[in-house]
Amino acid sequence: MIGLADCNNFYASCERVFNPKLKNKPVIVLSNNDGCVIARSNEAKLLGVKMGEPAFKIKSLIKNHDIAVFSTNFALYGDFSDRVMSILKSEIENVEVYSIDEAFLDFQGIDYLTRAEYIIQKVKKWTGIPISIGIAPTKVLAKLANTIAKKYTKKGVFLLDSPQLINRALSFFSVDELWGIGSRYAKRLKYCGINTALDFRNTDRKWLRKNFSINTVHLQKELHGKSIYDLQLQKVRKKNICTSRSFFEDISKYSRLKQAISQFANNCAVKLRKEKSCCSCVTVFLRTNFFKQDKKQYFPAITLNFSTPTNDSMEIVSMANMALKKIYKKEYNYKKAGVIVQNIIPEDYVQMSLFDQINRKSRRKIMSSIDKINLLMGRDKIYLASQSASNKIKMKQQKLSPCYTTRFSDVLKINI
Amino acid sequence: MKLQLLHKNPQVNLYIANVDNTFKAPYFSGGVSAGFPSPAEDHMHAKLDLNELLITHPSATYYVRVVGDSMLEAGIVSGDLLVVDRSVEVKNNSIVVAYVDGEFTVKRFQKIVDKIYLKPENKQYKSIEIKKDMDFEIFGVVVHAIHHFI
Repeated sequence: MIGLADCNNFYASCERVFNPKLKNKPVIVLSNNDGCVIARSNEAKLLGVKMGEPAFKIKSLIKNHDIAVFSTNFALYGDFSDRVMSILKSEIENVEVYSIDEAFLDFQGIDYLTRAEYIIQKVKKWTGIPISIGIAPTKVLAKLANTIAKKYTKKGVFLLDSPQLINRALSFFSVDELWGIGSRYAKRLKYCGINTALDFRNTDRKWLRKNFSINTVHLQKELHGKSIYDLQLQKVRKKNICTSRSFFEDISKYSRLKQAISQFANNCAVKLRKEKSCCSCVTVFLRTNFFKQDKKQYFPAITLNFSTPTNDSMEIVSMANMALKKIYKKEYNYKKAGVIVQNIIPEDYVQMSLFDQINRKSRRKIMSSIDKINLLMGRDKIYLASQSASNKIKMKQQKLSPCYTTRFSDVLKINI
Repeated sequence: MKLQLLHKNPQVNLYIANVDNTFKAPYFSGGVSAGFPSPAEDHMHAKLDLNELLITHPSATYYVRVVGDSMLEAGIVSGDLLVVDRSVEVKNNSIVVAYVDGEFTVKRFQKIVDKIYLKPENKQYKSIEIKKDMDFEIFGVVVHAIHHFI
């Protein structure tokens, strides 16, 4: 049996640990630059706040219902995530950390109901974070079991095992609620009359295979209780790495964009080196402000290839800037930009190209020195000139909570 | 502190100071002798790590700083950093970080028959009786107070 442990409204719950006043009150957390809603407490959900909704659109709702608003505090959420995951690992031998707030638990040979209840209580007591655990024969079913546990149980545990129970549950879920069914597939499936998860499970396999991807076939097998997706206990190399941001104010000046793109590209390069990987191509994209429909819209993207895969900041940054030059048009105001590095391979597998002009050995040394210095002295102590940190692109974080658990200057102060 | 060669070229050598995340002071079981070779070498123990002493459950340990003198006689002085362990069970007379009606406080937890009190350790302050209609929650048990002299 597989368990899926998922923190309830994780970001909002983290904000509540040092702020018990917010218990039973609506809480929302905003994305970078305080742009969109990315987390909601149950109370905020009941008020009708939607995921991804731009903050400016719900200003009056926030005011009228006294919703507590926070900027994302990743230092705080990261620390709580670490705490939760290490508690899970102390109770269960095989744990796959799936995301910042979810983990699959290998319940094989374990009295899972008792253990799940115990884990929920322990995590709550040690961290203050409420979690739910869904238990089922496969990952996809465990995910559904977790949704049921969250919505309909008091203890936060739900066991989805018998065929009758699985049938009943599947008839309740819409096909787009299944793990791995994106909005486009869901639309097509519904067009074909496949509305519920049960419809999907009972669809002819050959037909699925022919009209959709092999993944949908795997998904269907998982819904039949046949485990296809094993627990991934080793860290998998990322397929691509993306750094993107929405800007606090729209940018149209080339020099400002170049600075942002350089920062993002360098960020990707640092992440690649951390994983001992190299990328073979880099994509740069720009977005105008979608919410200003009266303005002209432009969403360009371009991908450029390296002759030799690399993780060198200088190479990736200059390639990204070249890409920017190709798609930049000065008549637009840009709200968002990003850099994605793709076709990632292990550093040791890099094949040298015949006409390579770069002394890779010495460049690698420089990069690793920069990484070491920045690790010790703080991020971006040493940076490329194009990043121009003197007027760094600032993030808007007006509602940032203190880093209670990661900075001594920020620990909770109590008047006694 | 150890210096480690980071990068070498004719103009400049870069070193990084190897300062461990945790402070470890060397501890000798015997006396320290001068001279060479060091007779202490065989007696050297693993360095002391304050985390080991102060933190039993890292995932459940939090810090808070206190302002005020209501716990003076328990040895908690204004400005002290408290180490709070949420995994420790609250017992009678435990010093706790508690949340009462909108505010955090630090007091001694006392249960007398079926009544709960939060007792200060300074005669100038009064005990708080926790009534049923109060918003009351225990955040964690105070396990150490760290007092700064400079």
